[in-house]
Amino acid sequence: MRLRLAWEDIIKLNPEISLSILSGKGGTGKTTLAVNLALTLGNVQLLDADVEEPNDYLFISPEIENKEMESVMRLIPEVDDDKCTACRKCVDFCEYNALAMMLDKVLVFEEVCHSCGGCKIVCQENAISEREKELGKLRHDNQDEIDFWQGELNTGEEKAVPVIEKLKTKIDRNKKVIIDSPPGTTCPTVEAITDTDFTVVVTEPSSFGLHDLKMVIEMLNEIKQPFAVVINRAEADSDYLIEDYCQEEGIKVLLKIPFSRQIAELYSNGKPFVNRLEGWEEKFKKLYQEIREEAARHERNNSNQR
Amino acid sequence: MKEITVISGKGGTGKTTFTANLASLLDNLVLGDCDVDAPNLHLLLNPVNISEEIHKGAKVAVKNQELCIDCGKCYDYCRFNAVTADDYQIKNLKCEGCGVCVEVCPTDALQLEAIETGTLYQAESKFGDMIHARLIPGADTSGKLVSEVKKKASAIAKEKKKEWILIDGSPGIGCPVIASLTGSDMAILVTEPTLSGFSDLKKVIEVVKHFKIPAGLVINKFDLNKKISDRIEAYCQKEDIELLTKIPYSRIIVESLKKGELFVDNDLDLREKMLSVKSKLNKKLEVE
Repeated sequence: MRLRLAWEDIIKLNPEISLSILSGKGGTGKTTLAVNLALTLGNVQLLDADVEEPNDYLFISPEIENKEMESVMRLIPEVDDDKCTACRKCVDFCEYNALAMMLDKVLVFEEVCHSCGGCKIVCQENAISEREKELGKLRHDNQDEIDFWQGELNTGEEKAVPVIEKLKTKIDRNKKVIIDSPPGTTCPTVEAITDTDFTVVVTEPSSFGLHDLKMVIEMLNEIKQPFAVVINRAEADSDYLIEDYCQEEGIKVLLKIPFSRQIAELYSNGKPFVNRLEGWEEKFKKLYQEIREEAARHERNNSNQR
Repeated sequence: MKEITVISGKGGTGKTTFTANLASLLDNLVLGDCDVDAPNLHLLLNPVNISEEIHKGAKVAVKNQELCIDCGKCYDYCRFNAVTADDYQIKNLKCEGCGVCVEVCPTDALQLEAIETGTLYQAESKFGDMIHARLIPGADTSGKLVSEVKKKASAIAKEKKKEWILIDGSPGIGCPVIASLTGSDMAILVTEPTLSGFSDLKKVIEVVKHFKIPAGLVINKFDLNKKISDRIEAYCQKEDIELLTKIPYSRIIVESLKKGELFVDNDLDLREKMLSVKSKLNKKLEVE
C-alpha cells in the first residue's frame, strides 16, 4: 500500500511523461500504437522521428505537406581554387573520403561528407568555406488535442540523426510526449529514445519478431533505458514465442493487439482503429496508466540507487 | 553475373520472405543479407556458418586523460555533440570518428581508434553461399557493414563463377539502403497496398531513380486493399517500373512463415507467381 502511494506521489510530481515507441524491425505496428494511443489521450504531443519513412501523418494530418515547414541544414565545404595550393591537407584529413584531389583541384563529394568541418580547420590557406545544404525538414500541425511534429530525411541524404536532434528541440514537457522512433538498433533509434522517460517496444509473435526484439532489448539494456513490450498481430497459437521470452527475462507485456484483417484494412486506408472498434479507448487509456506507473517505478528505483 | 537487391522502404512488407522464396528458385546463386539492423534471412534459410570475421567499421576518438588539460576545445569544435559539456568525455554512441577533436587538441590527448561494429559471417545455405552480418546494437555505420557484406558476396560469386547475387536490402531510404543498392544491376521493390506502404514506396522510387538503378515492383498482400494496389500499379507504370507480380493476402504464407517453411513449397499458385518473377528477371537482365 505504501509503495503505491509513493508512485502516485511521483506521478503527481511529474505530471506528464515522455514515451518513445520502438520496434526491432519495421512493419510491426509502431505507427499503429503511436497513433491510436495519441488519439486516446488529450494534451498530447506526437513526434514522428521515423524520419526515413514517416507515416503518422497519414493518420493524423494527411495534408501535412501544406502546413508549417522548417528546413534542417547541414554544412558542405566549398573550395576556393584561387586560394588552394593543392597541399592535400584536407584530402588527407577527411575520414570519409569526401574530398579528392584531381589535377591539383579539390573535388567535394557532398553525398559522403559528414559535415564535420575538419577540412576547413586544417586548411592553412583559408581556401575552404562552408555553405548550407538542406538535409531534411520538420513539419508541424498543431491540432486541438494533438500537437503533431514530423521529421523527414531528404532523398539521397544518409544521416538521420541531425533531423531527429532538431525534432527533439520541439519537445514540450507540459504535454504527454510520444515519440515514434525509427526501427532498429542504430544511431537514429538511440537518438530518438535517449532522454525519454520510458520506451514501449512493439513486436509480433513470429521468429522474425522475436529475433529483432532480442536485438532491440540488447540495445536498450546497453543504454539503460526502461521499457516494456506490446505484442501486435497477437495470435493464440504463437504468442508464447514472445511471452515465454519476456517471462524468462522479467519483461512486462503491457498489451496485445490481435491479428485482424479489419485492423489491417483500416490501417491500409490510413484510419486509426481506436475510435472505430469497441472497447479500445479503455484499453489504450489503461495502457497509458500502466506505462506511467512503470515509468514512475523506474524513476523511484533510480533515485534509490543514487 | 547479375546482382539484384530487394528493398521495401517500409518494413514488414514481406521483403525477406520474398527474397527467401525467390532464392529457392534461382540457380547458381550467392545470397547476401544486407538488412544488418534486422537480419532475418537466416531464420528462413538456416545457413551453416563456415567462417566469421570481426568488422571494425567505425573509428571513435579515445582520450588519454593524463594529457588532457580540460581546455574544452574538443567540446567547442565537435559538431556531433559527442563530447560531454562538464568533463569533456567522448560519447562513443555519438562520435562519428571525424578526427576534428584530435586535430584541435593542443596536447595530443586524443586519437582515433577503430572499434568493433559487427561480425561478418560466411555461410552455406541449401540455395548457395550466403553472407550475413550482425551489427553491435547501438553501433553506427551500418552502411559500412552492408558494403562489406556486398563486397564479400561479390568476391565469392566471382571466384565460384556464379550467375546471380541476390541481396536482401535494408528498409528505409538512408545510409544502409544506399549502400545496399550501390552497384546493383536491378532493385526489386516489395510493397503492400497501404497508404504507408505507398508513401514509403514513392520515397524508395526517388532513391533508385537518384542512383539510376532499374527497378521492378512486387505488391504483397495486394487484395488487402485493391484500390490502393491499383493506384500503386498505375503509379509505377508511369514511373516505368515493371510489375513483377502481385501476391495475395494469404494464410498459407503466414502459416509457412510460422513453420519456417517457404510458401513456394506449400502452394502451387504462389509457386507459379514466383516462377514468373524469375522469367521476368531473366528477360529484363539478359536482354539489355
